[in-house]
Amino acid sequence: MKPLVRVEGIACPLGLSGVDTDQIIPARFMKQPRSKGYGGFLLYDLRHDEAGAERPAFPLNRPPWRQAPILVARRNFGSGSSREAAVYALADHGIRVVLAPTFGDIFASNAVKNGLLPAVLDEDAVEDLLAALQARPDMPVVVDLAQQTVLWNNRAVAFFIDHVAREQLLNGWDDVDVTRSYAAEIGRFRASNTVVRSWSRPDDQPVRT
Amino acid sequence: MEATQPTAGKAGAGPRTLFDKLWDDHVVVERPSGDALLWIDRHFVHEGSFHAFAQLAGRDGAVAEPGLTFGVADHYVPTRGRAHVANPEIARMIDDLSANTARHGIELFGLHDPRQGIVHVVGPEQGLTLPGLTMVCGDSHTSTHGAFGAYAFGIGASEVAHVLMTQTLWQRKPRRMRITIDGAPAPGVGAKDFILSIIAKIGADGARGHAVEYAGEAVRALSMAGRMTMCNMSIEAGARCGLIAPDETTFRWLEGRPYAPKDAALEAGLAAWRRLPSDRDAEFDCEIRLDAAAIAPIVTWGTSPEEALPIDASIPDPDAQPDQARAAAMRDALTYMGLKPGQRLSEIAIDRVFIGSCTNARIEDLRAAASVLSGRTALVPGLVSPGSSAVKQQAEEEGLDRIFIAAGLDWVESGCSMCVGMNGDAVPAGERCASTTNRNFRGRQGPGARTHLMSPAMAAAAAIAGRLADVRPMLEGRT
Repeated sequence: MKPLVRVEGIACPLGLSGVDTDQIIPARFMKQPRSKGYGGFLLYDLRHDEAGAERPAFPLNRPPWRQAPILVARRNFGSGSSREAAVYALADHGIRVVLAPTFGDIFASNAVKNGLLPAVLDEDAVEDLLAALQARPDMPVVVDLAQQTVLWNNRAVAFFIDHVAREQLLNGWDDVDVTRSYAAEIGRFRASNTVVRSWSRPDDQPVRT
Repeated sequence: MEATQPTAGKAGAGPRTLFDKLWDDHVVVERPSGDALLWIDRHFVHEGSFHAFAQLAGRDGAVAEPGLTFGVADHYVPTRGRAHVANPEIARMIDDLSANTARHGIELFGLHDPRQGIVHVVGPEQGLTLPGLTMVCGDSHTSTHGAFGAYAFGIGASEVAHVLMTQTLWQRKPRRMRITIDGAPAPGVGAKDFILSIIAKIGADGARGHAVEYAGEAVRALSMAGRMTMCNMSIEAGARCGLIAPDETTFRWLEGRPYAPKDAALEAGLAAWRRLPSDRDAEFDCEIRLDAAAIAPIVTWGTSPEEALPIDASIPDPDAQPDQARAAAMRDALTYMGLKPGQRLSEIAIDRVFIGSCTNARIEDLRAAASVLSGRTALVPGLVSPGSSAVKQQAEEEGLDRIFIAAGLDWVESGCSMCVGMNGDAVPAGERCASTTNRNFRGRQGPGARTHLMSPAMAAAAAIAGRLADVRPMLEGRT
């Protein structure tokens, strides 16, 4: 996974609250293999009208925000379905950071595993940033993960990210590689568990049908 | 081999909650950073898990414990015309699941298996869901299994791949919340009304970062089906998981289930399960109390499950909302839903009903809907999709199918169906559906679909009235 240390660029003031993962990617697009790219499905039903034409007023359809690597949203971004495809849609569209006051837990976890930073910024700071972006759409914004700060208009505001997630993003660590370094511990747990909690394993039970 | 209790180091550490005990029993290693590698007892995969199998193939990974993972075809399966799946994309999704599970030696409850159904109905039904387990699935409604006193939660594709390869997951311990419901509810009020009331009260992110234990007299009195409904929708309050302490109701329910432990293993299991309930003095990070008697039948009016009110209420007015961002969100929701402030909920006409989903399609749910519909006619069309093929068979043995059909509703096969619309069962754009499902998100039941969430009894009442309606008067003289 590619490390994420600092992202500098345009930020899109999405502004919506409760953007659930059904909005981020509607279910009907999820049959495709990832290799085909999921970027075009991002927020599809909000970005397009019933005929499939772009809604020009939607922030992500407006220059300069079309290419923004940073997205700013209100509370409970990524709630709902556990679909990792929501993160694929954001990442494939070029988004590297989402700033919001709160995130759905599963979404935040999926994001980190794909090198996307879910940065928790307090509600007042989000409101200030949204207002600043409305006033000056091409205002540069810097998200510095090493310093855990967002910078705009000569202002630096601290954001929150779980410190394990932060390390993982900064280093581009892969979970499976880390876990495999604990193979001996897993083996010991498994052996003990098979004896102590034998009832927990269906494959050790005679199946009655 | 050393056969020590996995909890040996922790057991003496003072009173613990149900969640603490589940956590302690599954910690393989803890890192100084505070996260822990947990052993996963049970894992379910479905058609949507193809991303995870692709990740596995990409790393040349093997499945560590094929005997602990089970496949279920549910998300994309057609609810009609199963002999030949007409849509080639859907057929491919179902075939890919068969191929992936076969390749890795994973047992599959596939499209034509009599054990097929929605994963969160099938797991418990087959006795794969047990108290004391850690359980995961690439589906947020995995929280359902917490009804048995299991630590069960939804994960994304990367975590599914991780579990397949290692049978473990890295987790940070959530905070603990207890929601106690005292007293007894009025007739016609049940688990769905409890959980929608809770979500309306604490918000769609009100339990974020928490493991939520439901307790109290009204919860203890619930059937396993009702407990599953509550735990199922814990995710709609943002919770990591929902939990209910196992008790005699749980143990009786598990008796004789195909994969549940038998004989000596059952005795060992029961001994372990009886130790699971929260210790009397255990501390929670957050406590909430509700009175069951004060809960009325609930329906949602907006596009988030927190936008829910008693059926005798009216649509709230965004202008009365001091928070401008919240007021704007409410206006957006009302525009999408085609509703106006001040409108009475009981005057909202509907176009169709859907009775189904992992939230409310168990036999008890179908009985509740049938008891309202019996001898009556629906004014609108509707779909009834049982939670599993086994539930379908049992309902037919009890004659429930004939009640639904006589009322004018369609009785179809089991799957996720119109809850998520992936299989083609969708609510047409602009239409309004009274639904027993879990999400009233925009477009959830199809692009432009308008969803009102409610209990099976309330959906039946809406079908009969052709509008959102209070089921309580319709239950008079019936049981």
